[in-house]
Amino acid sequence: MKGSPNRRSLLLGASATAAAAMLVGCDRLGNAEWFRRTLKTGEDANMFVQRLLLGEVTLAPEYAEADISPWFKPNGTEDPPDKDYKALAKGKFAKYHLEVGGHVEEPFKLSLADLRKLPARTQITRHDCVEGWSAIGKWTGVPLAELLNRARLKPQARYVVFHCADTMDQGNPLEGGGDDEETDEVPAGNANPSMTKQSGGDENRKDYGGQQATVGTAVSGGTPVRFYESIDLVDAFHPQTILAYNMNGEALPVSNGAPLRLRVERSLGYKQAKYVMRIEVVESFAHIGEGKGGYWEDQGYAWYAGI
Amino acid sequence: MFRHPVVIRVTHWVNALCLLVLLMSGLQIFNAHPALYWGKVSTFDTPLLAMSATEDEPPKGTTMVLGRTFDTTGYLGSSTGADGEPADRGFPAWATLPSDQDLTGGRSWHFFFAWAFVLNGALYLIYGLLSGQLRFRVVPQRDQIQRFGASIWEHLTLRFPQGDEAKRYNVIQKLTYAIVLFVLLPVQVLAGLAMSPAMDAAFPFLLTLFDGRQSARTVHFVVAALLVLFVVVHVALVLLSGFWNNMRGMLTGWFVIERKVEPAASIEGDPRS
Repeated sequence: MKGSPNRRSLLLGASATAAAAMLVGCDRLGNAEWFRRTLKTGEDANMFVQRLLLGEVTLAPEYAEADISPWFKPNGTEDPPDKDYKALAKGKFAKYHLEVGGHVEEPFKLSLADLRKLPARTQITRHDCVEGWSAIGKWTGVPLAELLNRARLKPQARYVVFHCADTMDQGNPLEGGGDDEETDEVPAGNANPSMTKQSGGDENRKDYGGQQATVGTAVSGGTPVRFYESIDLVDAFHPQTILAYNMNGEALPVSNGAPLRLRVERSLGYKQAKYVMRIEVVESFAHIGEGKGGYWEDQGYAWYAGI
Repeated sequence: MFRHPVVIRVTHWVNALCLLVLLMSGLQIFNAHPALYWGKVSTFDTPLLAMSATEDEPPKGTTMVLGRTFDTTGYLGSSTGADGEPADRGFPAWATLPSDQDLTGGRSWHFFFAWAFVLNGALYLIYGLLSGQLRFRVVPQRDQIQRFGASIWEHLTLRFPQGDEAKRYNVIQKLTYAIVLFVLLPVQVLAGLAMSPAMDAAFPFLLTLFDGRQSARTVHFVVAALLVLFVVVHVALVLLSGFWNNMRGMLTGWFVIERKVEPAASIEGDPRS
């Protein structure tokens, strides 16, 4: 009945081998498309259950002035490399216009000054990065519902897409290196340097590879990918969903998304699009980017980011 | 004796798999920001724990715990990746799932197995309550509480009860299972949920319970460590108290009660065995 030392070392050796084999097996499984999709049902269940638990107007916790983080960690793009954006920033965004269009009755453009004249909401909320850290900031901005009501949605409207100014992949992957400072709205960098690379590669192969081979136009192997995000109408009309132009009582700094960033408070940081230039109301986001509903979603992150 | 009904056996092994995957995918998620804080937000200058790699060539891995820094090269902060090169990462590749740095992959594993764990755990608890198994497994009997000190001594000397006494779980065993079942695992689930911004909106008391989201994250990490400690002791005792008998019990349900009194310590390399 009892294990002898030999038997025990055999057992230990066998378990170590089994463990190593299991690790390799798990990685291989994790790369198989069917298994990946199976695992994703866990995240689908998250959305299903959280949507059941949350009322349409259930508010995210709001905090006191004293809770505001002394430093609101900027993540992801901190200084968009794009020329057009740089020109806008140089002019203190005086020439900036937010475009609202897509499936709406009345598309319109608004300057930053005009946006500031609209009814505003101020909220002190917690920003939770998918990486794990949190910061509290005070945001002032226009409720998205205000803009959508003004534009009047057409019946087929289902999602609101935010097109941003910052280019994520200029044909070559972002350098992840050792710090997470250079990465996007949230993950990558330290979190996952290889993620960006893989995705860049995929994209080249899938969308632009053929073009390159036949036409030979692309120079560095990829069309620039701009940041974008999307939310559905439940979140779009949530009272705390605002397009913020102020942070902690002052004009939003470039590092935190000037001139306008989305706050969708019941979601993780990667949904909080910075540098919002254009709002497009759509029926489906399948035709945008790689079709998953956002820059990070295209890299594999869940579209629903409530957890 | 027939000790483990089929529901107990199946839920036990499903649970074991879930905990292993949750641990390893959890470490993958932790690696995305390998630092812990207390309170509502991350106080980046004053973490409770932080793992990082130095600028040296090759880099050194360091781990700071409550203000004290340790060299953990090769294990924490910096370790060899799958490509053989040193990588800046909290936990090493062999401890995380997926083994490469892959936050989104880790999250997919974690959430899928979190659901499996919760559903499996619910099945276990419902069955355990209805069948009386739970009571048999975790509620100490009066005489056991009176002999609490003796049970501690039995554990220290690795002399486990034989005969009729081996038919029931001992008092320390019952209390340990009770703590794991009704304290550690529920706290772990709640701390996990408290990290969700949507759950915090639906149930703000989660934040009160843990003193903020970052504290909840720290509690989630510490409880994970305590669960690892439980599993290590559990497996060690399974090995020490008759591995094959215990395994047969948890695989087929049948557990042999040995009549003859033999010091359990004899397993330490006793040539007769």
